[in-house]
Amino acid sequence: HSHCAMSSGYDLAVTTYSPEGKIHQVDYACKAVDHAGTAIGVRCRDGIVMVVEKFVVSKMLVHGSNRRIFHVDRHVGAATAGLLPDARQLMVTARAEAANYLQTFKSPIPGAVMCDRLASFVHAYTLYWSVRPFGCSVLLATHDERAGPSLYLVEPSGGAYGYFGVAIGKGKNAAKTEIEKLNLQELSCRQALVLLSTVLHRVHDEKDKDFELEASWLCEESGWQHALVPEDLRLSAQEEGAA
Amino acid sequence: MEFTDPLMRPRRDREIGAALATASRGPSASIAAQKMAGMVDTPSQLSRDDLDDEWSKPHSMGTSIMAVEFDGGVVMGADSRTSTGTYVANRVSRKMAPVAKSIYCCRSGSAADTQAISDIVRLQLSMHEMELREEPRVKEAAALFQGFCYKYKDQVMAGIICAGWDKYDGGSVWSIDLGGSLVRQPFSIGGSGSSYIYGFCDANFRPSMSRQEAKDFVQQALSLAMSRDGLSGGVVRTTIIDENGIEEDMLPG
Repeated sequence: HSHCAMSSGYDLAVTTYSPEGKIHQVDYACKAVDHAGTAIGVRCRDGIVMVVEKFVVSKMLVHGSNRRIFHVDRHVGAATAGLLPDARQLMVTARAEAANYLQTFKSPIPGAVMCDRLASFVHAYTLYWSVRPFGCSVLLATHDERAGPSLYLVEPSGGAYGYFGVAIGKGKNAAKTEIEKLNLQELSCRQALVLLSTVLHRVHDEKDKDFELEASWLCEESGWQHALVPEDLRLSAQEEGAA
Repeated sequence: MEFTDPLMRPRRDREIGAALATASRGPSASIAAQKMAGMVDTPSQLSRDDLDDEWSKPHSMGTSIMAVEFDGGVVMGADSRTSTGTYVANRVSRKMAPVAKSIYCCRSGSAADTQAISDIVRLQLSMHEMELREEPRVKEAAALFQGFCYKYKDQVMAGIICAGWDKYDGGSVWSIDLGGSLVRQPFSIGGSGSSYIYGFCDANFRPSMSRQEAKDFVQQALSLAMSRDGLSGGVVRTTIIDENGIEEDMLPG
């Protein structure tokens, strides 16, 4: 209640600072992310793995509905948490940037540049009264000649960071503790996949609906292209994680 | 429709514009032309007006340019003649322009067009470099040239050879022709003088030459081209680009 009293009056528009120097609308957008199913990304010895706790809202849904992992380019993939429609729109922009870069420079977009472009775009929506901030965070898995495999996080504030391992969504705090224990530099993507599935099951809130494991990787085994993990591998990871 | 941007104006309009500008300069211009006419062997058929038009033609670079990959970098070479019609406007011109720290381009075709294009690409590359936080690749510079030359192919006349060194490909040579097509080649020749040295180059080029061998090859080829092509001449300038930097040289005609 005291929290509401502090922010009242200064939280109605994204163009208003509070006396504490916060922009509450951006914070609220981050809260939208914190209410979504957990997503985890790690950079392993031989690539990147991303997993998502996708709630199965209804048994009548066709398998593969409400996908939260997207392809942005051959060598760039994204996992999202937060408002899914917002995420889809961000992916449109990300894909356009990657394609435009390839056409202009005849080179695939480097991960750091992709991250910068997406972050700048998201940030722009925190500057104007006439639009609202995006209510989703994006995990970017990238691979380029210079940096090799990289993992980035883009937040609704427009902040962007490079990570060895990161979690977003509901169970992010518990998940972060778990992945910090892992020795990522020695794990392969296959090994990490099972371990991350276990983490997801552990941080899953029983009060929530059942979830399906969505997983993708960008590694040596996938030919350094972003791909959803093969179905048999995904199923076994799901089973092993639940055990 | 009136285009103020010179790059956007159709070619024909620019030449007409140049001729009109001369005509409007008045009697002093034609007197100067008359004096110049006295100093050269003028065919009797040419009238004073014809000469005015001749010397007001847009600067064109009848040219001999080339670039060769060697193990560890590239050697680029060019002649130094810029002509307006039959008059050599500049006999020591620089036809190789830097666009990045280790990337140069050889320019042939219209001098104005290629200067404008290389200036624009230099700007685009410097912004690209800031986003990349490292030196741009030669391939990317060549792609920028190609994007421009293709998009504006109806408005410009530019044959460009883009070459340089980067840490991913080492030395590389990329050729952009009049239509705006891009191709990477172990060596590339261009300009009006290049017609005369295709045979020589094909017979004498070897892959993985040393730095000095490549330089000798360029200097010899361009000298031969300049000796046969009336629109090429002056000195042979060479630029050698490798990991450590740039080395410019000049071989007097």
